[in-house]
Amino acid sequence: MMLLKLACYSLGSRLGTVLLTVLMMSVSVFVLLSVENIRHQAKESFQQSVSDVDLIVGPRTGQINLLLYSIFHIGVPTHNLSWNSYRMLQQHQDVDWTIPLSLGDSHQGYRVVGTEQQLFAHFRYRADQALDFASGQAFNKTYDAVVGAEVASSLGYQAGDEIVLAHGIADTSFSRHDNHPFQISGILKPTGTPIDRSVFISLTGLEAMHADFPGADTAPNLTPQSVTAVMVGLKSKIKTFTLQREINQYAGEALQAILPGVALSSLWSMLGGVEQTLWVISLLVLLGALIGMVNVLLLSMRERQHELAVLRALGYRPGFLFALLQLEALLITVSSIIVALLALAAGDIWLRQWLLSQFGLFLSESLLQPGMAHLLMGIVLAAVVSALLPAINAYRQGLNLQLR
Amino acid sequence: MLLIDNLTFRYPGDDRDLLHIPHWQVEAGEAIFLSAPSGSGKSTLINLLAGILTPQQGTIRLLDTLINQLSARRRDAFRARHIGMVFQQFNLIPYLSVMDNIRLASHFSALSAAEADKRASQLLDKLGLTEAEAGRKAGLLSVGQQQRVAIARALINEPELLLVDEPTSALDTAHRDRFIDLLMQQLVPARTSLIFVSHDTSLRSHFSRHVEIGALQHDAA
Repeated sequence: MMLLKLACYSLGSRLGTVLLTVLMMSVSVFVLLSVENIRHQAKESFQQSVSDVDLIVGPRTGQINLLLYSIFHIGVPTHNLSWNSYRMLQQHQDVDWTIPLSLGDSHQGYRVVGTEQQLFAHFRYRADQALDFASGQAFNKTYDAVVGAEVASSLGYQAGDEIVLAHGIADTSFSRHDNHPFQISGILKPTGTPIDRSVFISLTGLEAMHADFPGADTAPNLTPQSVTAVMVGLKSKIKTFTLQREINQYAGEALQAILPGVALSSLWSMLGGVEQTLWVISLLVLLGALIGMVNVLLLSMRERQHELAVLRALGYRPGFLFALLQLEALLITVSSIIVALLALAAGDIWLRQWLLSQFGLFLSESLLQPGMAHLLMGIVLAAVVSALLPAINAYRQGLNLQLR
Repeated sequence: MLLIDNLTFRYPGDDRDLLHIPHWQVEAGEAIFLSAPSGSGKSTLINLLAGILTPQQGTIRLLDTLINQLSARRRDAFRARHIGMVFQQFNLIPYLSVMDNIRLASHFSALSAAEADKRASQLLDKLGLTEAEAGRKAGLLSVGQQQRVAIARALINEPELLLVDEPTSALDTAHRDRFIDLLMQQLVPARTSLIFVSHDTSLRSHFSRHVEIGALQHDAA
C-alpha cells in the first residue's frame, strides 16, 4: 500500500513529464492496436469478399488478373470470353449455376457490371451471406439498374432515380450513353465487399445501351457477344478440379478456371509485404515510446537520490526501491493503455466508416476485442523489461547509498 | 546499549583506515554530543551505527545484537525498528504530506495504522505543529517545521537509538536552541539514547556527555 501511494505521489510530483510520457506511450499503443486490428480484419474482409463460388472462369490472363476483374472489378479486361463458351458452361452437366460478369462501363467513377438475375440468387459473401435489398428489387426491365450501398449513399440515390452510364471507366468519359438513361430498381444493403461500389445492370441492358438506338426493348437481337468472366457454382464440390482441368483444356477457346480461395490467398500474400511493414513500423513506434519512458525514469534518478536515501534510512530495502521504479513504469504503461483503448473506442465509429468508404474495408468486429489482451500483455511485459534498467539503477543506488 | 569494540573501517581502494575505534560504550538514556569536524569520518560512523555500512573488523553491539553480523535484510529491519535518524536536510519526501512522511516510518511499527496515526498526531502536537500543517505537503513547510516533522518521524517507532546529524546548521541561534530543547523533551528518559553529531561545540552544554571523534579513535572514551 505504501509502495503504491509512494509511486502515485512520486509520479504526481512530476506530472508534466509523466503526462507527456503517457501521451507518447498511448499514441504508440493506439497505433499498434489499430494496425494489428486492421491488418487482421482487412485480411478477413478480403478473404470473405466471395464465398460459395467454386470456380471463376475467364479468358486466359493469369489468375490474379481474373480475380481482380471478377471480384474486385478492378482493371481493364483485354479480351473476353465468347458467348458460346458461356453457353457451354451453363449447360455443363456438373454446373449448378453460373453468374456472367461483363465490365467496361462506369458511372461517376463506379464500375458498371453487366450480369444476370442469378447474381442475386447465388452470389454469396462472408459466411454464406446472400445479397439483400435495402430498398427496391432486382432489375427486371432492360433499363433497370441495381446499385451498391456505397454508390447510393455517396451519390444520394434512391430507388426510382434515373442515371446515365458512361463508356469506359474514367469519370469524365466523353462517350456517355446519354440517350439510354437507366432507372434504379433497387439498392443493395452494405456488404463490405466491392459489391458496394458497383452498379449492376442486365446483360441485355448492357447490349441495348451499346446498340445505341432508342427503343432498344424492341430490338431484334440483344444477345451479348461475350462476357468478361463467369462465376460458376457446381452441383458437387468433388467435381471442382475435374471441371477446372476440363475448362483449362477446352478446345473451343483459350479459357482459364481459377479457385477463388486460392487466388485470394495468393493475392493477399502479394500484399503481405505492406502488412508486415506496417507491423514493423508500429513495433518501432512502441520501442521509441519505451525508450522515452526509460529515459524519463533514468533522468529522474538524479533528482531522487535524497528521496531514496530517506527511504533507506527508514529501513526500506533496496528491493523496495527496485519495486518502486517498476511500479511507476507499470502505472505509466497501464495509464497509456487505458488512454489508447478509450481513444480506440472513440475512434471506432469514425475509423469504421472511413475504412469502408475509402478502402471498402469492412470491419465486422469491434476494434476492441478480447484477442487484443495478448498484445496488451506483451506491451506490459515489454514495459516491465525496459523498466529493469532504471529499477536496477535504483536498486544499486540503494545498496551503495550512504546517508549524510 | 551501544558497545563498539576494536572497530576498523576503510573504503575499498583506500590504503589506510578511515576509522579505528578501540572501545566505545553508550548507556541507555545517555544524551551524547559527538563533536566532529568535517572530513573526520563522521558520516561514516553514522552509517556504521545505522547498519548501512559494515566494518572490516571489530563489532558493533546494539541492544545485545551484533549488527555488523546481521544479514543486509535484517540490518534494514533492525534499523527500521530500533534506530531513528534526523539529518542536516532532505529529511522528508517533499511530495508526501507530513502525515504520510511519518507513516513511511510507522509502516514498520508494531502498532496498528490507527494507533500509529494517533501517536503521530500527539507527537506533532507536542512539537508545535497544527493539524492543518500535518495535512500539508512536506515540501511546502519551512525548514524549521520540516526539522520538527523529522523529529516526530524519527521517534514514531520509539527507537532505542536516535542519531542526529548536524540538524541545526540551517537554523539561526534562537531556532537552534529551541530545536534542541524540543528534541530533548521528546526523549523517553532512561530508554532512548541520543547521539547528536555536530561541529558546533557551543551546543554541547545541552548534553549529558561530550565526546570528540578524534579522542574516540585513540583511547577508550
